[in-house]
Amino acid sequence: MTQPNGTGPVVLEARGIVKELGGNTVLNHVDLTLAKGDLKVLIGPSGSGKSTLLQCLNLLHIPEDGQLLLDGTPVNFKKKTDLYQLRQKVGMIFQDFNLFDHLSAHQNVAIALKKVKKQSKKQAHDRACEELARVGLADKMELYPAQLSGGQKQRVSIARALAMDPEVLLLDEPTSALDPELISEVLVVIRDLAKAGMTMLMATHQISFSAGLAHKFVFMENGRITEQGVPSALLAENSGSRTRDFCAKISELTGAEA
Amino acid sequence: MNDFFPFIIHQVIPGLNTGLFVSIKLIVPSALLGLLIGVVIGTLRVYGPGPVKKLCDFYVALFRGTPLVVQLYFWYFALPYTNFWGVRIVMSAVTCAIVGFSLCSGAYHAEYIRGGLLSIKTGQLKAAQALGMAPFTSVKSIVLPQAFRHCFTGCCNEIIYLIKYSSLASIITINEMTGIGRGIAKASFRNVETFLVVGIYYLILVTLASVLLNYVERRMEIPGFERQPK
Repeated sequence: MTQPNGTGPVVLEARGIVKELGGNTVLNHVDLTLAKGDLKVLIGPSGSGKSTLLQCLNLLHIPEDGQLLLDGTPVNFKKKTDLYQLRQKVGMIFQDFNLFDHLSAHQNVAIALKKVKKQSKKQAHDRACEELARVGLADKMELYPAQLSGGQKQRVSIARALAMDPEVLLLDEPTSALDPELISEVLVVIRDLAKAGMTMLMATHQISFSAGLAHKFVFMENGRITEQGVPSALLAENSGSRTRDFCAKISELTGAEA
Repeated sequence: MNDFFPFIIHQVIPGLNTGLFVSIKLIVPSALLGLLIGVVIGTLRVYGPGPVKKLCDFYVALFRGTPLVVQLYFWYFALPYTNFWGVRIVMSAVTCAIVGFSLCSGAYHAEYIRGGLLSIKTGQLKAAQALGMAPFTSVKSIVLPQAFRHCFTGCCNEIIYLIKYSSLASIITINEMTGIGRGIAKASFRNVETFLVVGIYYLILVTLASVLLNYVERRMEIPGFERQPK
């Protein structure tokens, strides 16, 4: 069920991340390590800090305290070029896609290649076509976000992130804003990425899907990582883990099997 | 009133045609420059650093808060008497008018642009940053093109206004349409015919501008940014 993990070198490491938002401590000394090829899944109740942690890991939120190491090199939060560099290497998939609404699917993927990676028009064009084909949208390249379904939008956003050749991909509940019937098309893409060995950290409520895929479940509550382990162990009948409790509860609600 | 049409055809129209040319020479640069100022100031008001933001707010407050006539008087009649560290600025009447119109127009555009920028969801900026874009690029390539489409109708409105308030140039000695019209009326005592035709000239000018701006708006239209969402 689980694949070998943690064999590669550490790609991204967070040490003692503290984040305060509006006077609340949303993250309270969080440590997390992602080795090459790892797929870790973040679960936990709403407000536990999953989103904030993901946004701290690519520095959309700057942590108040703690350290972030990319390939063993600490990132200087105060240095802008460090921030831009890290964000290029740590891709982000948002719950509500955040496609650029004024650009076609193809331009959505190409724009960062041109503006950030300074690739030529031709290079960016070819790469965008390639990535969109990879997520099964070769025939939708010229369509604008308003003309795409939710599942297609999320696939474009995955293509957009992958085009940057990230070392790590962070996924913030990538299927939560989708109609139930569109979820699987996005999950298929994510599964293919996992099989190809992409290093990923995904916050999700798709427990059964991620249990079959994840190397580790990371359970968060009140801004802390409280449990961490192989899904089969955490979800086992007699584990008595908080994770199992939580998963049992949400699968009761959604009708999915844990 | 028996020679109503001959008077219009032989006296009013030739005079106004010269004035029309002058008016256009004022309107076109002022409209473009005003829009440019508006985009820059409007963007700085939303994304600029604190002190710059304050300065831009002050600019908008000043130019929206004083009558355009007073601003024109200042540029043309007052500025030559000022002296900044030995530098005295004297501008021609036409330059004064263009500067005055652009700065005033820019203040209104800035307000529309600011509104447009604020209507864009923060997720757009987040996504741009997540790809490693610097703030300047994110705003220029991602947020502004969307915001501009949202507020273009307002900006068009301001350009239409500009066409009409270009008539104020006549008070600083420029012989554009209104100035020439006033001259003809004064010399002939035929106010009715003259100002009727002056009004029609502005109406035509505004109509042409609306058609042009409409065309530009249609050209910028893309799915998701239609004027009437389907």
